[in-house]
Amino acid sequence: MPIDFLPILILLILSALMSGGMVFLSHLFGRKEPNPSKLSPYECGIPPVGDARLRFSVKFFVVAMLFIIFDFEGVTIYPWAVIFRKLHLFGLVEMGVFLGVLLIGLVYIWRKGALQWD
Amino acid sequence: MVPLSYYLLLSAVLFSIGAVGVLIRRNVLIMFMSIELMLNAVNLSFVAFSRFLDSLEGQVFVFLVMAVAAAEVAVGLAIIICIFRNKATVNVDEINLMKG
Amino acid sequence: MPIPLPTVNLIDISPEIILGVFGVLVLLIDLFLRRERKGHLAVLSLIGVVGAFYASLRLWGSSHYAFSQSIVVDNLSLFFNGIFLLGTALVILMSVSYIRREGINLGEYYSLLLFSTLGMLIISSGNDLIILFLGLELVSIPLYILSGFARTNLKSNEAALKYLLLGVFATAFLLYGIALVYGSTGSIKLPMIAKLLSDTAVSSNPLLFIGMGMLIIGFGFKVALVPFHMWTPDVYEGAPTSVTAFMSVGVKAAGFAALLRVLLTALDKLQFSWVSILVVLAILTMTVGNVIALVQTNIKRLLAYSSIAHAGYLLLGLVAGSRLGVSSILFYLVVYALMNLGAFAVVILVGRKGDQNLHLNDYAGLGYRYPLMGAAMSIFLFSLAGIPPTAGFVAKFYIFSAAVKEGFVKLAIIGVLNSALSLFYYLRIMVIMYMREPEKKEVLPILFSPGLVIALLIAVLGVLYLGILPSRVLDLATSAIRTFLSG
Repeated sequence: MPIDFLPILILLILSALMSGGMVFLSHLFGRKEPNPSKLSPYECGIPPVGDARLRFSVKFFVVAMLFIIFDFEGVTIYPWAVIFRKLHLFGLVEMGVFLGVLLIGLVYIWRKGALQWD
Repeated sequence: MVPLSYYLLLSAVLFSIGAVGVLIRRNVLIMFMSIELMLNAVNLSFVAFSRFLDSLEGQVFVFLVMAVAAAEVAVGLAIIICIFRNKATVNVDEINLMKG
Repeated sequence: MPIPLPTVNLIDISPEIILGVFGVLVLLIDLFLRRERKGHLAVLSLIGVVGAFYASLRLWGSSHYAFSQSIVVDNLSLFFNGIFLLGTALVILMSVSYIRREGINLGEYYSLLLFSTLGMLIISSGNDLIILFLGLELVSIPLYILSGFARTNLKSNEAALKYLLLGVFATAFLLYGIALVYGSTGSIKLPMIAKLLSDTAVSSNPLLFIGMGMLIIGFGFKVALVPFHMWTPDVYEGAPTSVTAFMSVGVKAAGFAALLRVLLTALDKLQFSWVSILVVLAILTMTVGNVIALVQTNIKRLLAYSSIAHAGYLLLGLVAGSRLGVSSILFYLVVYALMNLGAFAVVILVGRKGDQNLHLNDYAGLGYRYPLMGAAMSIFLFSLAGIPPTAGFVAKFYIFSAAVKEGFVKLAIIGVLNSALSLFYYLRIMVIMYMREPEKKEVLPILFSPGLVIALLIAVLGVLYLGILPSRVLDLATSAIRTFLSG
């Protein structure tokens, strides 16, 4: 079996060498004339706004927490969907219970105002 | 096929790195990451065992471990925010009122 | 390939369903209640607890597996349900006025309590490592939140953080143990593991022994055995007092329920190896808990160390591993729930807003200023120390005699010496209560709220009843294990 992957390995090594070589060679032979606008961080062409090390608003943490939980919901639904036909009604009811519990959670955080940004 | 012992060894190494991280790091967030590393090391051995024993129970377990880890992180972040509001630090050495 | 679907029999898990539904109901109704009417939620939670208790009673006497063998419904699990629900009911009664005083009367408090209790019920009926793991986490995660429930109190924050970090750390060890046991036996069903272990090729696998050790470490953290107890005093001191009471009783009982199932059902064949580990842990736990408790001046810390010591006594029953040992653990847990919750109820009564007034000196003179409360506290302390005619004596007597019958005479002697040692610090509180003048003259009067008084009454009557007429509950405990150890 390992022999089947040999071409992929060769491709990986070759592409690593090529891209690494390009960066290295341009670093070696390129002209370096730094100026303030070249050294500033690239923010999609717009002049940069302040330092990158600013403190995030705590609201991001709340969104992150909610994201983790509803993200997991997706992970669980995926394998369920794959074998949905084999699970018949049982699977549908089980997933209904699971989503129902999550829905209660959603109602809770909504009423608590966790979804409001301001 | 890669033998089982390789997976178990990797899992043990990751678990130990995580455990040492929890014990020696002093930043709560990094301690959390170390704990996640421990849990995922366990997941690795579950998946490896599941593959070699040809039973699905191990993979089911991994799903539940992930769910629990997500819940724990959510609670952990909430507690850290709470502490940060009261005391503006994430260093565990500074969070030590009770002794005796 | 068709997938085998489990047969669903909801009656078998009716206590769990009732408690879960009520937990969710409390959470939802709370959204539409004004702050000063949150007390109604306590009543609703109590109805849920009583309902779950009734459902457990209806199931009493059954003995079978459900949900493709992942749930076991037998008298042992139902007896444990009774202990958990009794503890939760008392804690809810104690909490109503306490959380109002501390300004943390939010509806989530009750639903988190119910969810945590739901986890305990799941543990007690778990027949499968997955279910046990899920139950343990369902117990722990609400408790992480509850111990930090006094959001503006830094001590409470710190308790929550410490509990969370060490709790998850312990969970990782527990999981690794589960993974190794699963890997070396090939099953996660407890009876199946026991069956597979009769094959010597399986039961001599070194991975299995490492896994067993990891499991013991993980459970050791959860029930606070020395040397895995470091978190206990800080968490017990910092958490709101009613939550501390709940933790000291509920989590301990749940941890022992899981330990009983794992060690005596699944790993029974390895008894020769885990008994020696548990003997060492028991000696350490009893001795360290009692010795450090001697020098404590904060009542919550003192009770924390005393609860560690009690976990040590409980281990004796597990070491014995016999029918008498297990039934004495059950009896001990009932008694422990009553006497410890009673003591914490008094601590709540004496305490002041912001978790003040917890120093031992604050108890000076309480004995004659509030004679009834002083008498109640004395009864609890006598019972914790194990002095007749209280229930604590009977419980200790049965546990020690179970150990002696199985040949652990030295261990039992160490246990008796330790409970003699514990007399010092329990009696010290009483000496302070009755023989010392209060330092400050202007003391605020104690407010007796109906919930706390009812909880105190139940605890006092229970401790006295079980101390004088223990036979009925002992018979129940014996019949609870009839089907457990026969397989």
